[in-house]
Amino acid sequence: MRRFARLRFGCAALLLFLAARPGAAAVFEPETFTLDNGMQVVVVVSHRAPVVTHMIWYRVGAADDPPGKSGIAHFLEHLMFKGTATLAPGEFSEEVARRGGNENAFTAQDYTAYFQSVAVEHLDLVMRLEADRMANLALSDAVVLPERDVVLEERRQRTDNDPGSQLAEAMRAALYRNHPYRLPVIGWAHEIAGLTTEDAIAFYRRWYAPNNAVLVVSGDVTAENVRALAEKHYGAVAARPVPARERLQEPPQLAPRRVVLESPLVQQPSWSRLYVAPSHTSGATEHAYALEVLAELLGGGPTSRLYRRLVVEDKVATSAGAYYAADALDLASFGFYGSPQSGGRAEDVEAAAEAEITRLLADGATADEVAMAKSMLQAGAAKARDSLSGPARTIGAALATGGTVADVEAWPERIGAVTLEAVNAAARAVLRPEGSVSGLLLPKPTS
Amino acid sequence: MGAAVRALALTAGLLTPLFATAPPAFAVEIQRVVGASGVAAWLVEDHGNPIVSVAIGFHGGAALDPAGKAGLAEMVSVLLDEGAGDLDSQAFQRRLAELAIELGFDAGMDEFSGTLRTLSDRRDDAFDLLRLALTAPRFDQDAVDRLRGQLQARLVAQADDPGDIAGRVWWRTSFPDHPYGRPAEGTVASLGAIAPDDLRGFVARRFARDNLVVGVVGDITAAELRPLLDRTFGALPAAAAPAALPEAAPEAAGAVVVVPKGVPQSVVLFGHQGVKRDDPDFYAAYVVNHVLGGGGFSSRLTHEVRETRGLAYSIATWLNTLDRVGLVQGQVATQNARVAETLDLVRAEWRRMAEAGPTPEELADAKTYLTGSYPLRFSSTASTAGVLAAVQLEGFGIDYIARRNSYIEAVTLEDARRVARRLLDPARLTVVVVGEPEGVTATRSPPPDDGT
Repeated sequence: MRRFARLRFGCAALLLFLAARPGAAAVFEPETFTLDNGMQVVVVVSHRAPVVTHMIWYRVGAADDPPGKSGIAHFLEHLMFKGTATLAPGEFSEEVARRGGNENAFTAQDYTAYFQSVAVEHLDLVMRLEADRMANLALSDAVVLPERDVVLEERRQRTDNDPGSQLAEAMRAALYRNHPYRLPVIGWAHEIAGLTTEDAIAFYRRWYAPNNAVLVVSGDVTAENVRALAEKHYGAVAARPVPARERLQEPPQLAPRRVVLESPLVQQPSWSRLYVAPSHTSGATEHAYALEVLAELLGGGPTSRLYRRLVVEDKVATSAGAYYAADALDLASFGFYGSPQSGGRAEDVEAAAEAEITRLLADGATADEVAMAKSMLQAGAAKARDSLSGPARTIGAALATGGTVADVEAWPERIGAVTLEAVNAAARAVLRPEGSVSGLLLPKPTS
Repeated sequence: MGAAVRALALTAGLLTPLFATAPPAFAVEIQRVVGASGVAAWLVEDHGNPIVSVAIGFHGGAALDPAGKAGLAEMVSVLLDEGAGDLDSQAFQRRLAELAIELGFDAGMDEFSGTLRTLSDRRDDAFDLLRLALTAPRFDQDAVDRLRGQLQARLVAQADDPGDIAGRVWWRTSFPDHPYGRPAEGTVASLGAIAPDDLRGFVARRFARDNLVVGVVGDITAAELRPLLDRTFGALPAAAAPAALPEAAPEAAGAVVVVPKGVPQSVVLFGHQGVKRDDPDFYAAYVVNHVLGGGGFSSRLTHEVRETRGLAYSIATWLNTLDRVGLVQGQVATQNARVAETLDLVRAEWRRMAEAGPTPEELADAKTYLTGSYPLRFSSTASTAGVLAAVQLEGFGIDYIARRNSYIEAVTLEDARRVARRLLDPARLTVVVVGEPEGVTATRSPPPDDGT
């Protein structure tokens, strides 16, 4: 449901929503402009149905939580529904629902986003509401404290009840040794329990400003009418100084790490591994597009190298794959996963995957694999406009992590330009044991 | 994390079936296209993007799985694209990948569905792969064993997930002697008992022209679609095998079942008999459920349980309209110490709604939401195709989508009150709690484990 933390770190599926028409450089053909107060606006036109997705992205996320207050970005996201100077708690949602609108919000490491999908004639209303809470949030303990309990329940539901999520949390904490990506988006339970109304207001005042936001509107609109509405509502919100996003940076990674979680709640073992990797904006960025191709050919689906070798041919695993998401302000990660066949061991899957990685590093990928992976990624892009909110999500995530509209539009072309040599070079640069964490999820013997 | 998200997504799907026109003039122009073979499809042309989506459905799903072979329909659904015609598993998958064609199948309790999405310049190839999957699946032993292993591994991985346990136990408790009480995904043992010939038998019995619905949306004209319908579906047998599924009624009304599990948060699943989809009171029940627990942040239960008291991240109720029984169900998760308090609130709200129904304002708001949100279901070719197939599976006419909102708008306050009284009875709720709940007294033991 809404107001959830997006805890996903990397997911190849996201890339399938990045997109373009076949053969053409353009993906969404958006129009973009900037209001006088510095707020960037992007418009994607689609006249399929008389509906619109209105989505605002703040360039602040969990990685900007102050030390000791993990979870505050996500908690504030919940609290943004708790009223303004002129709107009672919950009224935002009621106003949207009464008009047939669906709304939601999510927090990630690098951004916080709010959206509504409504009939197009209600765009004016949702913009007015969103602009209102950008400037006029009003909170009191009476609504904040019960919501803190809600977030603790959310954490129990997502993480504390689920050993697989607990292991993923522990692996991220081990992968990043200094950078705040090591902390969970939702926060540690003991720190969530100490968050206050004042903490939320301070974070809001520090980061929520039009000049730190990107508005993306996708649907049955024109750039002209979006501009007029945006100037009317958001244009009335004054720009404010917003601090630079200065985060602790990673030291060199020198030693492979290993995390093992045994639980009586686990019967099916599994193995996973994360490597620190460059993103589109950090580290050795020249490898980012090649890494997207590499993830696809290694682990993108049933014809991928890992699935074919581990699942189809060697029958050591029931599932195996790889993933990578390049949209991150700081260092990203490249991930692998696999589960053994019935009665098998997670360690056997790990050994088989390692053999495959070693083979890749020694012999390289093949030209055929690279061509196929590129064409699959580009075809996914060609389908990305077949969605109301998908374009807004793709564009917003890119712009909130240092990318530009031009980057999004050029994505298929840049994927097309990736060479076999680039893929092999990227693999050798990233798949280094000293930059990795291995994770094993294992049954705990009961007696 | 994944499980929680999935459960919520499932709930949303059940809550928002099919609705019609919005306050602004909104129309979907649907053509009925019939091939020479008699195969018919509903088509919505949309040439805005070079994409075609297809949704198909056959009546009859997992509830028809033979005794001891639960999971048969599910296994068919994952194996149809694992080799067909001259193409073995890897060759078929490679063909899909090379052409970037998305093909998938899904087994529900009462229906078997499929989806296809392709760029329009290769739609002939896409329809051809769909034809192969439906008419010439190979079910090679190697692929069968591999996919069986994946399904079994998934079951094992879910065996200790509180939400999955709650679902399995609720259905087994409520339907001990009806196929609805068996998990559609089967058990490790029942999947192990399924042989390739069982899979072929399912295909032969269920995939037939008289049992098929087709929805097509996107960059294709009626004239282009017509021959594709014949080529794709014309070779299917004319008639499906007869299928008899008895009417069902939930048992164990009022029972409280506790499944001990060492987790900090209990998952609670509750429900009782509801209304079926063809019940004259369906729309009133739908609106009442929306106000009670279906309407996300605007529902009474969310307000009481989440907003006011911070007891849960999510609480939702939904109407589950199976072919042979209608149910109203709900789910909530809360820390073990507060399960009793949460259950008391659920029962109190259940009673309050039964006794007085929604207020005039709640009814009005529910109706404007349910009608106004309808166009959002038509925002992609795939979602629109899904609506076209689902409406046909329900047996509604081609004008249904245009009329749908009028059925919602016709619900009066008197209807809503009467149906709330008929629908809701807190004393009849069958409650399953998985966790270490405090202050909850079980009145019945969990049914015997099904072997997962």
